[in-house]
Amino acid sequence: MVGDTIAAVATAIGEGGIGIVRVSGPDAKEVIKKVFLPRYGSSVDSWTSHTLHLGHVIHPDDGHVIDEVLCAWMAGPRSFTTEDVVEFHCHGGSVPVRETLNAVLRAGVRLAEPGEFARRAFLGGRLDLAQAEAIIGIIRSKTRDGLGAAVSQLEGQLSRRISKVRNEILAVLAHLEALIDFPEEDLPDITPERLSKDVQSISTEIQRLLDRSQTGRVLQEGWRTVIAGRPNVGKSSLLNALLDEQRAIVTDIPGTTRDAIEEFIEIGGIPLRLVDTAGIRETEDLVEKIGVEKTREYMEKADLVLYVLDGSDGLSNDDEELLRSLQDRPSVVLVNKSDLTVRRLDEEQLQSVVGDKPVIFMSAKEGWGLEELAAQIRRLVYKNEAGSVLSGMDPNESRLDLITQARHREALERAQSHVLSVKSGLEMALSPDFLTIDLKAAWEALGEIIGETVGEDILDKIFSSFCIGK
Amino acid sequence: MLEYLAGQYDVIVIGAGHAGCEAALAAARMGCKTLILTISWDNVALMPCNPAIGGPAKGHLVREIDALGGQMGLTIDATAIQIRMLNTGKGPAVHALRAQADKKKYQQYMIQVLEHQQNLDVRQAMVESIRVEQGQVQGVLTQTGAFFAAPNVVITSGTYLKGRIIIGDLHYPGGPNGYFPSTELAASLRDIGVQLGRFKTGTPARVDGRTVDFTKMVEQPGDEDPLNFSFISPRIERKQISCWLTYTTEETHQIIRDNLHRSPLYAGVIEGTGPRYCPSIEDKVVRFADKKSHQVFVEPEGANTHEMYVQGMSTSLPEDIQLAMLRSIIGMENVKIIRPGYAIEYDYVVPTQLKLSLEHQTIQGLFTAGQVNGTSGYEEAAAQGIIAGINAACRAQGKEPFILKRSDAYIGVLIDDLVTKGTNEPYRMLTSRAEYRLLLRQDNADQRLTQIGRTIGLVDDIRYERFQRKMDRVGQEKELWSKTFVTPGNARLQEILEQKQSSPLTKGLSLFDLLRRPELTFDDLHSLLEYDEAPETVDPEVAEQVEISAKFEGYLVKQQAQVERFNKLESRRLPPDLDYASIGGLSTEARQKLMARRPESLGQASRISGVNPADISILLVYLEQRRRRDNGGNGE
Repeated sequence: MVGDTIAAVATAIGEGGIGIVRVSGPDAKEVIKKVFLPRYGSSVDSWTSHTLHLGHVIHPDDGHVIDEVLCAWMAGPRSFTTEDVVEFHCHGGSVPVRETLNAVLRAGVRLAEPGEFARRAFLGGRLDLAQAEAIIGIIRSKTRDGLGAAVSQLEGQLSRRISKVRNEILAVLAHLEALIDFPEEDLPDITPERLSKDVQSISTEIQRLLDRSQTGRVLQEGWRTVIAGRPNVGKSSLLNALLDEQRAIVTDIPGTTRDAIEEFIEIGGIPLRLVDTAGIRETEDLVEKIGVEKTREYMEKADLVLYVLDGSDGLSNDDEELLRSLQDRPSVVLVNKSDLTVRRLDEEQLQSVVGDKPVIFMSAKEGWGLEELAAQIRRLVYKNEAGSVLSGMDPNESRLDLITQARHREALERAQSHVLSVKSGLEMALSPDFLTIDLKAAWEALGEIIGETVGEDILDKIFSSFCIGK
Repeated sequence: MLEYLAGQYDVIVIGAGHAGCEAALAAARMGCKTLILTISWDNVALMPCNPAIGGPAKGHLVREIDALGGQMGLTIDATAIQIRMLNTGKGPAVHALRAQADKKKYQQYMIQVLEHQQNLDVRQAMVESIRVEQGQVQGVLTQTGAFFAAPNVVITSGTYLKGRIIIGDLHYPGGPNGYFPSTELAASLRDIGVQLGRFKTGTPARVDGRTVDFTKMVEQPGDEDPLNFSFISPRIERKQISCWLTYTTEETHQIIRDNLHRSPLYAGVIEGTGPRYCPSIEDKVVRFADKKSHQVFVEPEGANTHEMYVQGMSTSLPEDIQLAMLRSIIGMENVKIIRPGYAIEYDYVVPTQLKLSLEHQTIQGLFTAGQVNGTSGYEEAAAQGIIAGINAACRAQGKEPFILKRSDAYIGVLIDDLVTKGTNEPYRMLTSRAEYRLLLRQDNADQRLTQIGRTIGLVDDIRYERFQRKMDRVGQEKELWSKTFVTPGNARLQEILEQKQSSPLTKGLSLFDLLRRPELTFDDLHSLLEYDEAPETVDPEVAEQVEISAKFEGYLVKQQAQVERFNKLESRRLPPDLDYASIGGLSTEARQKLMARRPESLGQASRISGVNPADISILLVYLEQRRRRDNGGNGE
């Protein structure tokens, strides 16, 4: 915690057009070499301090492009922390910022603790004594927020699954340690085959957790969203209102084909992929153009349906049929044109058709109800990402989400790489005293996610599982 | 009783068990005028429990004590009746030497060493109180009125403090093995402000070997070519004596179950906490009810006695049940007891009130070491003894305290665990407690600690020269292996590789790199070397070091990097006068714990439960604030 290289997001997330990922420490230059591809091919070593460079952030594992960024290089001691500092100025949406941070962490640096940049600045002599109290305040308050997030993570499926994997690791670890520390007890032996099997199962489970955290589409490519409704209910104006409302257009994500008729927007910090927006624009009439059957097919492929009704009109048979077909699919019913005095929509009838689906009375023209829509979308997304790293989190805390997501990912990846070391160690027939090192490290990495890394657990496990005693 | 001044010393050690012997010898060898006091001069270096020294982690401790210039390794080497290396299949970090001791010879040897030690007075006496004035130790007063003055006192009273022996429903004040307990000292310690707790431990019966049928048991012989604990013991040709393995039966378990109501453990007579790794047989039968049979090792107590230790049968059941139980064990159908097993309860000093030097935090000059600090085991006791002895001497000579870090030695792990985390059962050293296990091997204890021991003044010329010679040889050998290149054209090499089922060489590389292959050993490749002045054979100790550094370099380097990170916080000292109450921003729990424990470094602080990374951050900022204020400047 002293003198290594740290990274964190330095700007508020989802606010403003730019997001900054800051890195400080002796390996800052190494990070640039691993994750930054300059547009004009000069090597980092030839850069002058305090200069900006255009280029791409790439993932250090496979080199895929994450975002186009400006990279600022500030050599220590003439920097905020007095260490070597690099900043990546990316697009402000949560996806590029998060992915850039992940790439940086993957390059081998550690996520900063609360207030750690300020602390380093102070320790480096950059800030004066009067500011020390303020730094202590920052450390304290940020920790309080962080702890809030940690506590909310403890509930939910994620922490149960992590605990389960940890227990599997602990069982193997305790067994090996028991055999080492109590060689003359008649403990059941553990065969290499059995060990391989256990390690394989642990690795698979961690991979499953990683996959969820990586490919939960809400994190990667946005939720597939369909705007549906009869002609002239205002789908097009809703689309335009949403496009106006969004704060930053998310860049092209490599590896996903970006259809010409898809729009990528971010609303309430949640990336959405709007399907067949071109169709809406051209004809202003999805149902008319493609028919009820086809609309239903679209809706069935969607992660989220925004079903638009005209408040000045009644509920048609088509509406009823389509709304009922939504069943459990995440969806929001939007009663547009609620600014008009004429209200023909029978609310009771609507209620009986949509059940407990959220209904928002809005006006795309006037911009009413968009905030509520954003809140509803967030709520739906969080509810439906149960089991992913988002589960159990408060949807109103997106900044913390991002930090904790990055932390989780980093810890999961670290755990997995240790488990893979155990696997290769087994193949090389390494002795148990080497295997336990990586097993323990994996167990501790997972413990960081749920806040448990107490050493005594191993001994407790040994003594509760095995009859030991001379 | 009229008190008289009986002597003036730099260091007084109370107790002559395994901790006391090391403490007294260390202080005397460092040149301090030292006195060792014990309840009976017959109980010096007594092994009141199993007749063995070493094993996983414990063997590491013995080697570390030896490398520092301590006594335990030399004494056991000279008096062992059997030596085995355990865990040989489990990797270099956990190889563990274990010796069966001749208990009487061990004691006699140690008595001789003490009696021959310069600067050391030995005396039989029961200490009843410690005199403290204005927070500074003045000396000790004995039962017979002798006052021995000294500014430094090391208490190594083992399980004697308010000892209570329990055998079934019988219980009486007593020390181990029929010796007197120390009743007054505990009260005196309370009076001067030492916080005490209560633990329990136990030991099995000893039986007459003439009544044991060894033909029904499995023989457990020693190693054919036994190693020593000490790095300087001569190779000893000894006739090794075997131990014997047998098993409990269904009948044994039935006897125990039928008589549980007579067990003081289950009847609530015992209040102290016992160690989990050393449960009584009744405990094992109750907790692991589905186990049909438990191992029992029958171990000789010495070469010239028929007395045998029955390992695995520790108990506090009444004597008649003990006999019935023993007679239900295979091969012990007609056994006779020499001494019954018993449980013992005793007061211990809560170790979290100590500094890492083992000096009490608030009573200057008072050191405690060994079982009285809440540990169990001869080796754990000796390890603390040497550290307390060194620090008492350092204090007497106005030197800085001597502290081994967790990354230096198992001794460092042991003391840091005790002082920083405390313990809620008698603490036993285990290899799994050491986070840098790969670096803290028993084979390299000399490389880790001999130089340090030399600096303190405990390593004599003989040991030091021998160490340097070994290191020179290791260096030369490594260089030779790295410089010797072999090519695919080397027919003899390819033949060796084929023999060892190692894939053939396709490009040239150094022998050192080739040795990294797991299937190849030092001896396999040694014949390929060309020495300038060919030494016929390479000392196995030297070969071992070359082999380990070649094979495990990757892991060793990784762990070394971890140690460097660890040391960054460890080297940030926390001033002893730090006023935690005035540091804003610390969490309440952290503040209370820090005030109570007074950690000596940020690293130690970070290991106290309840102190989280944010608190460490705040301490870092606070220390810098304080430094700048002290310098009067503004950090420019």
